[in-house]
Amino acid sequence: MENFFFYFFAALTLIFAFLVIANPFSNNPVTSAMFLVLTIASLAGLFVLLHAYFLAAVQVLVYAGAVMVLFLFVIMLLDLKAEEERHIRAFGLGAGLISVGAIVSIFLISLLKAPLLSNPAPIVHGDTLALGKLLFNQYSLPFEIVSVLLLVAMIGVVLLSKKELK
Amino acid sequence: MDQIFVNLKDWLVALFPAGRQQELVSALISVAALIGTFAGLFALTTVLERKGLGRIQNRYGPNRVGPYGILQPMADGLKALTKEDVVPRSADQVVHFLAPLVLVAPVFLALAVVPMGRNMAAVDFDAGILFFFAVGAATELSVFMAGWSSRNKYSLLGAMRAIAQMISYEVPLILSSLAVIMIAGSLSAVTIVEKQAGYSGLIPHWFVLTPWGFAGFILFMIAAAAESNRSPFDLPEGESEIIAGYYIEYSGFKFALFFLGEYIGLFAASGLAITLFLGGWNAPFPFLTWIPSYVWFFGKLLALIAVFIWVRGTLPRLRMDQLMNFAWKFMLPMALINLLTAGVWHFTPPGLARWIICALLVFGPYVALGRTLFESKKLAKRTYSYAE
Repeated sequence: MENFFFYFFAALTLIFAFLVIANPFSNNPVTSAMFLVLTIASLAGLFVLLHAYFLAAVQVLVYAGAVMVLFLFVIMLLDLKAEEERHIRAFGLGAGLISVGAIVSIFLISLLKAPLLSNPAPIVHGDTLALGKLLFNQYSLPFEIVSVLLLVAMIGVVLLSKKELK
Repeated sequence: MDQIFVNLKDWLVALFPAGRQQELVSALISVAALIGTFAGLFALTTVLERKGLGRIQNRYGPNRVGPYGILQPMADGLKALTKEDVVPRSADQVVHFLAPLVLVAPVFLALAVVPMGRNMAAVDFDAGILFFFAVGAATELSVFMAGWSSRNKYSLLGAMRAIAQMISYEVPLILSSLAVIMIAGSLSAVTIVEKQAGYSGLIPHWFVLTPWGFAGFILFMIAAAAESNRSPFDLPEGESEIIAGYYIEYSGFKFALFFLGEYIGLFAASGLAITLFLGGWNAPFPFLTWIPSYVWFFGKLLALIAVFIWVRGTLPRLRMDQLMNFAWKFMLPMALINLLTAGVWHFTPPGLARWIICALLVFGPYVALGRTLFESKKLAKRTYSYAE
């Protein structure tokens, strides 16, 4: 049953991710954004299968909620007509294919080099308490650095959006 | 008597063969009970709200259909079902169709983690409160979908207002509930309710009866009213400015679904307020514990709904700049101070001194913030900025 759900959600993620970038039915950026939401939701499904409810909830809350709403805001304020008539150019196609190929080859090489696990994967402890303890003990420095980074970004935005500086 | 619904469900589930089938039946029964109960409550609330508003405005309210107008929701429902469903020709058909569904499904999902009585939470999992806020984020998406797909300037304006408001008020909403999560030490709604059980003398151990809990409860209720677009925060559908906001192009049953989603969202937010601050299904006095737990939960829910109706009938609508200033300059600092106070409360020994310190910590900033904001007229005077 778990296997079935894994393949189900994995397939959904891939299909929706494909529809985000190459939708045969419409060229509309908003449609792409909607499919991105579905991709994120199916990723959250994969987290649930790993019993990582906290990560699944955060995934939906942050990405499908906050980040996507900001994306949609930007799309809403931009001119959509020019974007709908855009065609894929040869240079873009070539560059994209090369970069995808590079990433896939890195993946394949590291996968082939990795030793096969003799015993099944260890049980993941994805509950909130364990995650919180890890974040604030073992990884507290990176965690704090990330929060400082966010603070810097926030101050930068405030500075940029001020019309006149005193 | 207290466990009558739980026992009923167990009996129904036991009729089926054990294993997968039982799990499925159990889930289906929970879902059916949730949808049935809250759709019924929605019908009751619409008529109560119209009656209550009528009383406040010195008129009768609906009184034609059935005794005292109690059958009014049925007439409304029939009307919504039989009306023509108009979709604008230039609208994005698929997104336009999906928007009301994207609103209604998550708000019912959010209700699933709220415990409505002893052993009566549809699902109880670690990170339940977080799940509540996560599915709540989908309502913003629905508002955008409705506003954008209608291809109407008013609906787009309404959607932008609604999303800006929802994002702003989500911050104090989550921060004010964070204080409770910190003290209870758990993200599970059932555990939080259990932490509030017990009495000292006649006084229950509810979080609302502490300085930080009281401030948190007020902040939570204000933010919840803004999140569910209730008056006085109903700018996204301000009739005098943008007609009906993001659902202007919806008619018939889709319009009714938006209405339903908004009310169920209100019930869910009130249910969470009860869970976090008002002791969940616990009785207010130790000698009243013989009354079933679900009666207490729904009694508190109806009381909170009455407060929302009262507020709607009393307060005028805010202006956009007042709304934003209030969220970012008053609600957010107060929520952060409240979080700090909860920490101080946790680390000082119990006694009268703790009460006084925490009450001062909350009340001092409240007076200081309110006074400076009012004196600098940030909440009082309108500032115009012209296009250059």
